[in-house]
Amino acid sequence: MRAAVIVFPGSNCDRDMAVAFERAGADVRMVWHKDDHLPEGTDIVGVPGGFSFGDYLRCGAIAAKSPISRSIVAHAGRGGYVLGVCNGFQVLTETGLLPGALMRNSNLKFICKPVDLTVATASSAFTSAYRQGQNVTVPVAHHDGNYQLDEATLAQLEAEDRIAFRYVDNPNGSTADIAGVLSANRRVLGMMPHPERAIDPAHGGTDGVAMFRSLAEALVSA
Amino acid sequence: MKVRVDVMLKTGVLDPQGEAVRHALGSLGFGNVNAVRQGKVIELDLDTEDAAAAEAEATEMAEKLLANTVIESYAVKVLG
Repeated sequence: MRAAVIVFPGSNCDRDMAVAFERAGADVRMVWHKDDHLPEGTDIVGVPGGFSFGDYLRCGAIAAKSPISRSIVAHAGRGGYVLGVCNGFQVLTETGLLPGALMRNSNLKFICKPVDLTVATASSAFTSAYRQGQNVTVPVAHHDGNYQLDEATLAQLEAEDRIAFRYVDNPNGSTADIAGVLSANRRVLGMMPHPERAIDPAHGGTDGVAMFRSLAEALVSA
Repeated sequence: MKVRVDVMLKTGVLDPQGEAVRHALGSLGFGNVNAVRQGKVIELDLDTEDAAAAEAEATEMAEKLLANTVIESYAVKVLG
């Protein structure tokens, strides 16, 4: 598995994400946002959490127009894998790779705590090492994680089994308790909780390991 | 040419910030506020003297970056 982790000005989970991929056996390259192409042979792009461009205009909006973002969209268009976590999820909605938008948390507070999630589908390269319906604990740390989408899109996501994770106790007002969604080809995942911050006992939990293991299995055999 | 772009959450999209402002106004004694919607004003100074061209360009900017049309609507006004 060859992973490329994107670094924007203001990214702060890029190294955590790189460590999570490395521990799953990936060859990881860090890629600066001004680069206009991904490393040769990239299987998966990690778009990390943080506060790219200071969250100016809208969270993720400026990063979505960075030179590397065109390459990420092209990579996804070729059937490449993309994982966007937290600010990375916001960037992916702003590029149009994922539907919906992330708004200010309904209680207006920055929320930083472990939350319980239900694995809503195990049918993806990101979630195959989980059991459908399994509850996992993964940290969130965000101010704008309130996932909003219209009813027609929600119905479509549900019909196509594209909701990857749901909050057990919705912390931010997200529609239908959605914590993570998949693209139509199931190769792009965006989620607000941080699986890369739950890969070592010192993190307080290791429920994120299975995601990177799922990816390693899917992408080694690919 | 100066152009103003107003960006607002679409009708029907819950605006938690506007709601918080409404509550704060209530606690200041402004009890007759039915609703508050919060948005953004973006002023552009464009290098053109053609009002129609300025409006078209600002509209394209709003579509591509200034507004997220999933949740926001925008209005472009050429100020001259």
